[in-house]
Amino acid sequence: MSGNGSDGTRDREPGRTYDQATYAVSDEENEPLLTEKRSDTIEPGDALPDDLTRDELTLPDPEEPEVARHYTRLSQMNWSIESGPYPLGSCTMKYNPPVTEDVAADPNAAVHPDRSADSIQGTLGLLAGLQDYLGRIGGMDAVSLQPPAGAAGEFTGIAVARAYHRANGEDRSEVLIPSSAHGTNFATAALAGYDVVELPSAEDGRVDMEALEAAVSEDTAALMLTNPNTVGLFERDIEDIADVVHDAGGLLYYDGANLNALLGRARPGDMGFDIMHYNVHKTFATPHGGGGPGAGPVGVVDELEPYLPNPRVEETDSGYELAESEDAIERVHGFQGNWLVLVKAYAYIARLGDSGLADASAKAVLNANYLAEQVDFEVPYGPFHHEFAATAGDVSAADAAKRMLDFGVHPPTTNWPEMVPEAMLTEPTEIESKQSLDDLAAAFDAALSSTDDERHDAPSRTAAKRIDQTGAARNPRLSWQSLDEE
Amino acid sequence: MSGTPYAPHSDAETAAMLDAVGVADEAELFDIPDPVAFDGEFGIETRSEQALRRELGDLLAENDDLTEFLGRGHYAHYVPSVIDSLSKRSEFLTSYTQYQPEITQGFLQALFEYQSMLVELTGLEIANCSMYDAATALGEAALLAERVRSVDGDVVLVPENLREGKRSVLENYVDGADLRVEEYPTEQGTVDIDALDDAVDEGTLFVYAETPTVRGCIEPNLAEIGDIADEEGALFCLGSDPIALSILEEPASIGADVVVGEAGVLGLPASYGMGLGLFACKESFLRQVPGRLVGASEDADGTRAYTLTLQTREQHIRKQRATSNICTNQAWVALRAAMHAAYLGADGLVDLAEDCVTLAESLAQDLDDITGVRAPVDDRHHFREFVVGTDQPAAAVADDLEAEGFAVHVIGQHRLQVCVTDANAHAADGLVAAFEEVAA
Repeated sequence: MSGNGSDGTRDREPGRTYDQATYAVSDEENEPLLTEKRSDTIEPGDALPDDLTRDELTLPDPEEPEVARHYTRLSQMNWSIESGPYPLGSCTMKYNPPVTEDVAADPNAAVHPDRSADSIQGTLGLLAGLQDYLGRIGGMDAVSLQPPAGAAGEFTGIAVARAYHRANGEDRSEVLIPSSAHGTNFATAALAGYDVVELPSAEDGRVDMEALEAAVSEDTAALMLTNPNTVGLFERDIEDIADVVHDAGGLLYYDGANLNALLGRARPGDMGFDIMHYNVHKTFATPHGGGGPGAGPVGVVDELEPYLPNPRVEETDSGYELAESEDAIERVHGFQGNWLVLVKAYAYIARLGDSGLADASAKAVLNANYLAEQVDFEVPYGPFHHEFAATAGDVSAADAAKRMLDFGVHPPTTNWPEMVPEAMLTEPTEIESKQSLDDLAAAFDAALSSTDDERHDAPSRTAAKRIDQTGAARNPRLSWQSLDEE
Repeated sequence: MSGTPYAPHSDAETAAMLDAVGVADEAELFDIPDPVAFDGEFGIETRSEQALRRELGDLLAENDDLTEFLGRGHYAHYVPSVIDSLSKRSEFLTSYTQYQPEITQGFLQALFEYQSMLVELTGLEIANCSMYDAATALGEAALLAERVRSVDGDVVLVPENLREGKRSVLENYVDGADLRVEEYPTEQGTVDIDALDDAVDEGTLFVYAETPTVRGCIEPNLAEIGDIADEEGALFCLGSDPIALSILEEPASIGADVVVGEAGVLGLPASYGMGLGLFACKESFLRQVPGRLVGASEDADGTRAYTLTLQTREQHIRKQRATSNICTNQAWVALRAAMHAAYLGADGLVDLAEDCVTLAESLAQDLDDITGVRAPVDDRHHFREFVVGTDQPAAAVADDLEAEGFAVHVIGQHRLQVCVTDANAHAADGLVAAFEEVAA
């Protein structure tokens, strides 16, 4: 559906043209929820005695063509990477090659996890290959593919650190985390039972070495770090940071969220990191699916390999086996993680190879630098790599973001990290062309130069106008049943 | 040197962009100190798209073509073609978490509908957008109990036959909260009620039971389990799945405080254990729920609209005081499960569930007719799967069955487990014939 100008003004507006407003409808003709389409109440039959069964069940009962139209219509009210630029900082929204979907849809990939190892050599071979590739890319000695998301990878890594310290007879109680880190780092440390020690940033936006030295102690289990950090800066003191942490007996954890900046240029293992996770739904282009599934494989140095969760794939003379370690931490997934996502990640890495991966990072960093050059926003910290944190200054970043929606682009991440006021954390990735970045820059600038009223009234070309967030939280209605009660 | 096929830059555009930034090449943009710079190679070969498909197709073809009668936590049901074609629309598949709800109403409404279906199936007021799988949902439920229960107890009680992987995940989740996982006995594949009654005391924080259980048994004493937990102020968590729940007792009616389980029984084919964690609970726990919640609201025109809500529970706002560290979840799998449930409708879902009962009953009967084979071992009603006793060593029988093209579970020296659904029912007669060959 083209949004091209019935009102004759759109062609002159900045950015790109994209118009969902045609799907916005009044209450009377509101696209009905499924439940409002011929719901049916059913009583269970006689397969089981009555005392084991429920009395009745009420669910929507649309026929197949109606299901198709319902979800097609919903899809038309949804922005995606194939709709246009999606420069969410720290999210790495890159194009998801459909060939990886086709590989994962192979009927031979549809196996049960309790199959004998002998009978699934293809599956195990692919997993072994991905373990190997990820190890090489991160400079890590051993990899577990079990964690089903980035945060699960963090939990795995911190549990590995916990097991390592316990094996050394140490009960360390603290995890150090820079204040600008991803929220998951803090939540993960707490989940693993650690106290969080928050490190302030230095004036240049990097780790404050004095603060770090003051914070480390015999209680330090690990330092969790992203590099480049959340404003895109490479931690140039990384070797010193590693020394400080290691000298205190702690471990260095690498959050892989920003790995798309470094492919072929630097590896966490070479920087002194002991543990890392990979966000394959970021760096390796597996689709985000509106919030998952992802996968968060964890790599470690030799010394920590025995603590990775069971099982892991090993190649032997007679083929691939699932190997178990006595010292392994408990598991982080009921089976082997998000297999279909891992297949797609393997396919993406194998498609690009060395040169493609290095080029992806080169173009991602070029795109971020070019875009930052084009926008009228101040970018307080540099030199940045694959993402930059612009500030909206006196303007509300949240309002500017809503206004950007009117110009056919998705806005960046807003109001994070907190060290940049009214932050707009922007990560265009390598997939945007120069023209697309120019359009994106035009949308940024137009949002900044709009009037307060225009920003406040935005967005206007989306299926919904500005949504009342406060009301949603104050009066939670989380199901159609709760709507019925009104 | 070939670059990534997924960056659209022409050489001229790259040159113009480098010029605009004021550098001669991309390398100048990397601020990496020499000692930690990487100048080696990964040694990963670039493949054409066609070569990639051939190579990975050949690799996956090394999996033996077995007909699986496997379950124990990961189940295959037939997923209709329309679920693939709709869910793989790029507007769904390639979108991010709905941080800008105005432009992602479609996915938000679909997740709201997913939540609503689980509310209907469980009878509980709240369902989240998903956890990773049944095991992590159970871990999160135990931690929820620790936050919402005022009792001093630190014991998490689980059945002795809990699947090992699930038990292990639970241990991992509760380690940081200093909770202890203990077992209670089972009999005939379900809860030993008297033993459970003895095991639950003022030290009990959390009681977990499943229906169907890992042995495929339908738990006959759910209300008593709920009462036992409630008497000591422990939280009662029930494990199940949305297909089973369409005919089994409504969890809210038997006193469940939380329901967890594998919702990937809908929408997700056999996928080597990939899951969709179901998580539903009572409204009183609302502020302590882990994971994403979609709520209804209004937009500036007063039209109904959807948005992620109550985000102050979540890690990106609350950091170390968040209710969970979960961020990326299984949203797209939840979308597929909702589509599958909508496709089936109430009628189709109940029919499918009844097939899970009758197919298991009939296959067990056919196996039981074979000399040297007893099925089902447990004196219970079954759902999808059941335990089989064999006179011969079970491992040998399973090996022989595999040679005949069938995969089953070995769970003891003389115990197999067999799972039958709409996905493999067409091969059930073949399995029976193979059993006759190898087990008699």
